[in-house]
Amino acid sequence: MSTPERLSRDDVAHVAALARLELTEEELERYTGQLAQVLEHAKDVSSLDLSGVAPTAHAMAVVNVLRPDEVRPTLDRAEVLAEAPEVESDRFRVPRILGEAP
Amino acid sequence: MKDGWVMVIGLEVHCELKTATKLFCGCPNLFGDEPNTNICPVCLGLPGSLPVLNERAVEMAMAIGTALNCEIRPSTFHRKNYFYPDQAKDYQISQYDEPLNANGYLVLPDGFRVGIERAHMEEDTGKTSHAGTSGRIHGADYSLVDYNRSGVPLVEIVSGPDMRTGEQARAYVTELRAILVATGASDGKMEEGSMRVDANVSVRRSEDEPFGTRCEIKNLNSVRSLGRAIEYEAERQIALIESGESVVQQTRHWDEDAGRTSALRSKEEAYDYRYFLEPDLVPLVPDAEWIDRVASSLDPMPAARRAALVDLFATDGGVSDAQQDLVTTVVDLSLDPLVIAAASAGVAPSLALARTANEAAKSAEAAGRLDPASFVALLALEESGALTATQAKTVLAELLEAGGGDPAAIAKARGFEAMSTDSLAAAVSEAIDAHPDEWSRFCQGDEKDEKKLTGFFTGLVMKATKGQADGKAVAAELQRRRG
Ligand SMILES: [Zn+2]
Repeated sequence: MSTPERLSRDDVAHVAALARLELTEEELERYTGQLAQVLEHAKDVSSLDLSGVAPTAHAMAVVNVLRPDEVRPTLDRAEVLAEAPEVESDRFRVPRILGEAP
Repeated sequence: MKDGWVMVIGLEVHCELKTATKLFCGCPNLFGDEPNTNICPVCLGLPGSLPVLNERAVEMAMAIGTALNCEIRPSTFHRKNYFYPDQAKDYQISQYDEPLNANGYLVLPDGFRVGIERAHMEEDTGKTSHAGTSGRIHGADYSLVDYNRSGVPLVEIVSGPDMRTGEQARAYVTELRAILVATGASDGKMEEGSMRVDANVSVRRSEDEPFGTRCEIKNLNSVRSLGRAIEYEAERQIALIESGESVVQQTRHWDEDAGRTSALRSKEEAYDYRYFLEPDLVPLVPDAEWIDRVASSLDPMPAARRAALVDLFATDGGVSDAQQDLVTTVVDLSLDPLVIAAASAGVAPSLALARTANEAAKSAEAAGRLDPASFVALLALEESGALTATQAKTVLAELLEAGGGDPAAIAKARGFEAMSTDSLAAAVSEAIDAHPDEWSRFCQGDEKDEKKLTGFFTGLVMKATKGQADGKAVAAELQRRRG
């Protein structure tokens, strides 16, 4: 998605499709307005002069947070699978997939 | 390759790292366990769980970058968003615009240099299997998911579009595999999927033309299928262009049985991954000290180890082509320490190389565990004439099966006692006396006749001594008597 002057209805329809959301015409209209407002709010930051500030990757100035390569307890399979909508042969059973993995 | 065309190949190789645990959680990283036993809230993507980066995985990725002559740089992690049941979070954590390793290269055994654009870290996905008649997605009624592999650490190695033939692509994957194994980061098992290769292929009429539209081929499960798939795909693209059509940029699936590629999806339906910085992970910024420590802990790479073996032959005028192949085999199987140990103990390098590549290689795993000292002792027995070649091979097989032992004791237990010079001489006399005509022909014979008759007499002596005589010793004895 590019950064248009103002968020369009098509942009919202595209994002909804990527998120697998089925929106009615009326919802599209409403969310276009709401999302545009959010983006407008974020735009306020653009009015600041940040020419002397280096871009950061993270809000915290912390790097290299690591853990040792040591095995930790796993979850109990029966307990996990009991929460799944459907199970078969100790695996999660999911509806038909309509394409190959990306 | 069809005349008047050039193909351009770039390869993407996914390599699973041999860590004890997954990339962002402490679940065991094990292949072949019972489904869904190595799972936790992190790799199941349960709400509230947080990833923490595995230090060993980072060091293995740095080792790979070092071995591929990359710059090791400050890097970040992104979320790659897509819906697919093989990953429970609906995104995969990967490195995007700031990979850990970049701008490296790999040199093929023939000296050709392939650029490495990047080698970045990411997590593997779970394994789906498709219920229904075909076992493939199409026509399946539903799918089953095992998340044991979800979150296993991967390094994805992206080459430049530098290769021009299927043979080069095969050589690249073979050498890359050897390097990955040498770093200790990977077991390099393509059949088990711990190393997976995707190929980008395009064609053009000459090196001066811009790149053609490329297709990406997936599902290449062996070095052999890689070469076949690339050659098929290039021909398909050439046929399209020559018939006035154009190549559509798309992902294609290699069908090993049918020997062809078929379209999975075209660029228009390409995924929009909406990458954004993973807010739950901080940047990974290795300092010079850490980079040096990883680099200095690396064992020698295959190219250097092959060179070390070839060096053993320097005083004998170098290796033959056949020996060069044996050198490659020995290093591929990581059995070069056996050859080096034997040669340092004074065994002829040609014998050490041959026994390692031809005999020890048959049970490479056992040979890797064999105490070099017992291998050296065995070759010394063979070289001194105490054991014939056939006997030495039998003892070696037993050493490998037993996981070691004393070669002299094994030889004795099997009754492999060296024939005394006297009994060998007696056996040769007997053979000569029984066949005076052949003997006189041997004494006057031309070169061809002589070869045949040497074989004839050796056969007789072998039969009489039940294989205990050394063929070489018999031939020498025949020559001696002819004078
Ligand atoms: Zn886990």
